[in-house]
Amino acid sequence: MHRREFVATLGVGGAVAIAGCGDTDDSGDAEITDETLTLTTTTSTYDTGLVDELTLAFEERFGAEVAVVNEGTGAALETGRRGDADVVMVHARSLEDEFIREGYGVNRRDLMFNDFVVVGPDDDPAGIDGTSDVTEAFRSIADFESVFVSRGDSSGTYAKERELWEVAGLEPGGEWYREAGSGMGQVLVQTDQSDGYTLADRGSFLSMRSQLSIGIRVEGPIQDGPELLANPYGIVAVNPAVHDNVAYDLALAYIGFLTSQAGQDVIESYTVDGEQLFFPRALSAEPNFEQYVPEDWTREEG
Amino acid sequence: MVGAIVEFATLPLVEFPFESNYVRSIVYVSLYVSLTAVLLSTLVSLPVAMLVGFAEFPGRRLAIALINTGMGLPSVVVGLAVLFLVSNQGPLGTFDLVFTKEAMIMSQFVLATPVITGVSLAAVTGVDEGVRDASYALGGTRLDVALVTIKEARYGIATGVLAGLGRAISEVGSVLIVGGNIAGADGTAITRTLTTAIQLEARQGRFELALVLGAILLVLVLLVNAVVLRLGGGRI
Repeated sequence: MHRREFVATLGVGGAVAIAGCGDTDDSGDAEITDETLTLTTTTSTYDTGLVDELTLAFEERFGAEVAVVNEGTGAALETGRRGDADVVMVHARSLEDEFIREGYGVNRRDLMFNDFVVVGPDDDPAGIDGTSDVTEAFRSIADFESVFVSRGDSSGTYAKERELWEVAGLEPGGEWYREAGSGMGQVLVQTDQSDGYTLADRGSFLSMRSQLSIGIRVEGPIQDGPELLANPYGIVAVNPAVHDNVAYDLALAYIGFLTSQAGQDVIESYTVDGEQLFFPRALSAEPNFEQYVPEDWTREEG
Repeated sequence: MVGAIVEFATLPLVEFPFESNYVRSIVYVSLYVSLTAVLLSTLVSLPVAMLVGFAEFPGRRLAIALINTGMGLPSVVVGLAVLFLVSNQGPLGTFDLVFTKEAMIMSQFVLATPVITGVSLAAVTGVDEGVRDASYALGGTRLDVALVTIKEARYGIATGVLAGLGRAISEVGSVLIVGGNIAGADGTAITRTLTTAIQLEARQGRFELALVLGAILLVLVLLVNAVVLRLGGGRI
């Protein structure tokens, strides 16, 4: 956001140091100093450490500071709606589309993807291990009334889970279906302790795997699982015509950097325990034009 | 439980799990925000406590009821209220306060003030009337009498201040909402406090790390308590 200098100078020597580094750069990079970009993003990108990695690279390149607020997808978009953030990085296409349709977001780009996996106990009471049909697996969990821990919040993971139940033609309910209303980490711990199943993004699960006894029962598309479990991340700038205070130029610089070869390389090479968590998706010789507008957008509508 | 404590006590000896810059900066943010908020709260609370305690005015009972109710304000609700105030769309939107330490101070001020006022009120009204009478009899002005009363009640007031500080520094709901739990990519906390850092670790299932931060918070509160009690005369 603009006019945040007093915050930047207040006890945050880091910004000055980083801005100073930019000066010695001989490549004539664009510098947008003395400004803070407020990014709001989901817990899955934040907790895995990817966002810090991207932000460091951006700050080095542009000398601007990035304040990262991590919330669930729903809350992140809400923060954007209020104009309290300049750019939003989330993973629920339907909610992003709504955000754009309402006029709050502009210049959306596909950023990267990973996938969702269904995790559960090794003795697998619902007998879904290794199946490639996730809707069948969900039906089976419901049939056996095996414990299923749901995020039960406004996260992108929960949005995907609802979609899967809907595709499976089921309305889950009963003692076995537990809405935790917590973050992914806590839900995974709860699932582990109650020998249940849950839907998790692969990144969060991998970064916590060492402390869990549950394992992947249904793989996502990264390991040849069903495409239905794809988990694409998008990045959207907050519309400066709706909120004139947002740092739109900086937001586009951020989106530009993340979707550039340099930014995509950071995503490609980011690993936790030797495992790649996110896969770049912004660059393609044949871009998908639907990334810029809501998925079923037509010219007549606009 | 005992096992957890033992394991936890030996943790730092094995390897301290955080970078010192990270811990130092979140401790700084925690102290800066909470101490500022409590200082401001105290400045407001004492006159209010004196007024409500000794002045006769209509609605005094209501004021006392409001103060006592305020002690039970849910921090998340306070956080949301302050968020609406400082958000871009809110009445204070032009000041760009959302996700800053200043906004966090505002919400902790709201949380701490009723506690400090309430306990101080009990303390000042508990002062022996003879003390006040004597002060008047010796020709003291209203201010003199007030100062004597506060001096007499200082242990109770110190307790109130500590209770307010305890409320502020251990609170996670409102600072998370209005502060945004922001730390720079280099690990320097901007609006991340010990409590929101604890929440962040717990969210990811890293319970041991959360406990380490919890221990730091406890030690910090203990130190601040020692300092405040020493300043307050150290009789408690």
